[in-house]
Amino acid sequence: MTQELAQQRSGGARAGGSVGAAEALVIRPVQRGDLDQVIAIDATVTGLEKRKYWASVFRRYGAGGHREQQFLVALARGRVVGFVIGEVRDWEFGSPPCGWVFAIDVDPQARLAGVGTRLLEAISAGFRRAGVRKLRTMLARDNTLILSFFRSQGLMAGPLISLEIDLDD
Amino acid sequence: MRLQKNTSLALYSVLEFAGDPDSHISAARIAQKYGVSSHHLAKVLAELARAGVVESVRGAGGGYRFTGNARRLTLMDIIQMFEEFAPPAAERGARHQLTPVDQALGAVLSEIDENAKATFSSITLATMLRLIERQQAGTAPADIPHDHAPTAVPARTTQADTRQLSRRRRIG
Repeated sequence: MTQELAQQRSGGARAGGSVGAAEALVIRPVQRGDLDQVIAIDATVTGLEKRKYWASVFRRYGAGGHREQQFLVALARGRVVGFVIGEVRDWEFGSPPCGWVFAIDVDPQARLAGVGTRLLEAISAGFRRAGVRKLRTMLARDNTLILSFFRSQGLMAGPLISLEIDLDD
Repeated sequence: MRLQKNTSLALYSVLEFAGDPDSHISAARIAQKYGVSSHHLAKVLAELARAGVVESVRGAGGGYRFTGNARRLTLMDIIQMFEEFAPPAAERGARHQLTPVDQALGAVLSEIDENAKATFSSITLATMLRLIERQQAGTAPADIPHDHAPTAVPARTTQADTRQLSRRRRIG
């Protein structure tokens, strides 16, 4: 699921309200009624509409209100303009419990207004409440746009290295 | 990846200028601070000026002033003004001439280079300046962003922008 980030691109414009710097932004847990707008933002950015995937993500992260699993949306004038998803994972890769962010996205029309920053702050606060003091994410090294965003938020390379291999038939 | 002296000097200089964008800073001041000759530094600054990253102001009180966009310019943009990045050996079209050891070593070195390039490409001057502030304040980078000054999100520079800017050698 971390690959969701890797699929993000600057994307094209789509109909949707831009967010002024001073405009009130509401960050709250996702609701079922938000899902169509989340799917639309993702489809705009990635070029793929993944309705079944998002229904599954909502079932896993959007319902239940577990502190360790967060699916937050940002709303401007009542409209979803961004979302972030993450969860606390314990002892994965030999690492003490930490918060993983595996998807974050902002409507291209609403960028450059601090939406991503607010979403990351909100999920960070949630992770703190869940008792973790480390946030991690993973994304493709050629995804300069999102890499630059995380860098601007103070994230640095961590101690984990991702490795992969093609599996023969 | 090992940066050449001119490249390092360019990065130090640009960060000096970007950190105080309203001031004209003399080349002599930077040369003294980093212990290099003014003559050597002048060549580096001339290249930065040609690229539109800084502008020179002559006369009393003159010097150089930052004219780029710190939130768009990345470390890679500056580095590429002074260094060529050779493509991986496998892409240079001479694979048949390479021994298996060459190819294996090339793969490892390429992995290191690609990670280094990704790192340099993802760090803007604005991000570097905040990192420097944190170092000066004696605080390690935050594990979880906390009380962070809101910034534009996501960064405006796309890969295509960066490539275009690099091609044009005019960044601002």
